Amino acid sequence: MTMNREQVLGQVQGVLVDALGVDDDEVKPESTLMGDLGAESIDFLDIVFRLEKAFGIKIPREELFPAETLMNNPEFVNNGKLTEKGLAELQSKMPHTDTTEFAKNPDMSKLGDLFTVGMIVNFVQSKLKAA
Amino acid sequence: MRWIWIDKFIEFKTGVSAVAVKNVTLAEEHLHDHFPGYPVMPESLCIEAMAQTAGILVGEAKNFEEKVILAKIKKAVFHDCIRPGDSLRLSAKIESIADEAASTTGTITCGDKLIAEIDLMFSHIDQNLAGKEFPEDNFVFTDMFKSLLQGSVLKAGNG
Repeated sequence: MTMNREQVLGQVQGVLVDALGVDDDEVKPESTLMGDLGAESIDFLDIVFRLEKAFGIKIPREELFPAETLMNNPEFVNNGKLTEKGLAELQSKMPHTDTTEFAKNPDMSKLGDLFTVGMIVNFVQSKLKAA
Repeated sequence: MRWIWIDKFIEFKTGVSAVAVKNVTLAEEHLHDHFPGYPVMPESLCIEAMAQTAGILVGEAKNFEEKVILAKIKKAVFHDCIRPGDSLRLSAKIESIADEAASTTGTITCGDKLIAEIDLMFSHIDQNLAGKEFPEDNFVFTDMFKSLLQGSVLKAGNG
């Protein structure tokens, strides 16, 4: 399948408008899912299901949203921040995400900011390429 | 009052789809207050009836081992009112199912008339909310719901 980034973005926007009940113009590449678009935990699953359908791909949830497995491991999280090990784990699990900015102050409360519309587009593109 | 808003299943395809019926009657007390002189089935209860139809379908797909909780109403569009004497047909389909959750689509019809379209998401709560503990017992699928399924599905046949 050959879809360019614009086309993928367009479809991802459609998925998010439906899943989160937001307006078209709210869904920009830099919008954060939780902060800007008000996504809650069940919405992540809804988004995964809808993406699978829209693009005909299979998405293990921990691949797109690996935060939960990190959060519950004391080796990875200490005092509300990701440890070095945790950070390395995050980077290896989220190759489709730029974590440079987050790594400067890896506070768990900021982890949500990594989940942006653009990050989903990157993820879908990598999946489509692999398919 | 028993909190069951469907009367029986007439079709059941494991992991795929189910059809339940619900006969609305003036003997249901809430209809006398909703509304006095103009009884209509509350739309919230239509959603509950669909949640029971689709929820049992989702639960049965994993042999009732998961605690299946209604997590999100993705869509609820109503085209008409439901009145006493109406025989409703609730059709639910599993759209996606994973370890953690399932999403379903559904319609409520009365005769040929489309009354409502209701799409839902269910969470398997033991697989989510990691770290939180829930009772061992499956408090969702009580004997009440299971007996509803057994009685009617055996008759309807499991396709």
